[in-house]
Amino acid sequence: MKALAMIFMTAVLTENFILCKFLGICPFLGVSKKLNTAVGMSLAVIFVMAIATAVTYPINQGLLVKYNLEYLQTIVFILVIAALVQFVEIVLKKFIPSLYQALGIYLPLITTNCAVLGVVLLNVDNGYGFAQSMVNSVGGGAGFMVAMVMFAGVREKLEGCDIPKALKGLPITLIAASLVSVSFQGFTGVVEGIFG
Amino acid sequence: MAEKKSLGKEFSKGIIAENPVLRLVLGTCPTLAVSVAVTNAIGMGIAATLVLVCSNVVISALRKVIPSKVRIPAYIVVIASFVTMVQLLVKAFVPALDDALGVYLPLIVVNCIILGRAEAFAGKNPIAASFLDGLGMGIGFTFALIVMASIREILGAGTFLDGISSLTVLFGYTGGFDGFKNILSQPMGILTLAPGGFFVFGVVMALANKLAGKKGKSAAELKGCANCPMAHSCSLIDKDEACKENKKEEPAV
Repeated sequence: MKALAMIFMTAVLTENFILCKFLGICPFLGVSKKLNTAVGMSLAVIFVMAIATAVTYPINQGLLVKYNLEYLQTIVFILVIAALVQFVEIVLKKFIPSLYQALGIYLPLITTNCAVLGVVLLNVDNGYGFAQSMVNSVGGGAGFMVAMVMFAGVREKLEGCDIPKALKGLPITLIAASLVSVSFQGFTGVVEGIFG
Repeated sequence: MAEKKSLGKEFSKGIIAENPVLRLVLGTCPTLAVSVAVTNAIGMGIAATLVLVCSNVVISALRKVIPSKVRIPAYIVVIASFVTMVQLLVKAFVPALDDALGVYLPLIVVNCIILGRAEAFAGKNPIAASFLDGLGMGIGFTFALIVMASIREILGAGTFLDGISSLTVLFGYTGGFDGFKNILSQPMGILTLAPGGFFVFGVVMALANKLAGKKGKSAAELKGCANCPMAHSCSLIDKDEACKENKKEEPAV
């Protein structure tokens, strides 16, 4: 239990997907302009990451590892994730329309989100079991949410600032992201301090 | 319009005028992650260029066969196959690079430069033009990576081209040159960490905007997400938000 809590906190804080591992930068820059879109996108990412891990783990263990086909991981995982996102979209539309209304619009964006493929590949690289993989994925998604929500706040402040012409738009956004990222560097060692 | 351009232009546009990283803002994740050291940047650049050129040629050759409804999954399959090949080659011949790039090597699959070029160019243009487009974009990507990595490595680690021998060995060079070391006595370590990546990227992009602005092209023209293959979905979100806000306001009116 302690080990799982440690994996979760590490994924949220010290190994934050966006601010420390640079995964999922496109939605981070594209969808973080407003707080509610940031929250919606993050919820969709958590959802897809959890489902993707739950589906790819048995496929990897039962099929790829069993028959020595590990070299097919990249191609199998991306196809499974793409198909899964489509499937989830259809199922939600039909059976849980309220959830579809909240998350549906973000789902197509997530197919080619490197954070989702990244978390699945990292789970394999780290040799995590099923429970650890799930915790790592949900933690990674939660970390994604923390970064997105914090940054949406920063960006709303940034809107009203007088910025030199060359820095307008993405350059200043990246520099702001750098400052947010500095704050996350402060978490280094915190998780080991609590659980270690 | 693209067909009127000469083949030379298809090649050269990717390097500066439409540089995929600095001007089109595609492929930001690998750019930030890999630009810690110049050797990694060159390795990543070569790997991505290889995938980009091969997938552009194949997708262009198949452009009349692939039905437009399933084109994105079809592109992903083609790209993923080439990434797997490159992954196996790198693992076999440059294991040090495989360790350094880690998960970012398979993640070339979801690098939006490659899917973006497939969608925006290779799916509509003949093979020769697609080949040159891929090569130019790949070189532009490598160039941007090397610029960022040079800044981060020299200032952040005080070395330059450290560990380059793992790559030069491939070309038959065994002179033992392994990069410059100890350029700075007290390097600024934070530049090699995550915050430094965002900061250097922001500054380099601002410089590119400034330089391009001088040439008469406005930065706003190319800026933003317009070239991302996912831009349509992103713009849907903005529209959706606008709709929701309008709905909220309606009862008040």
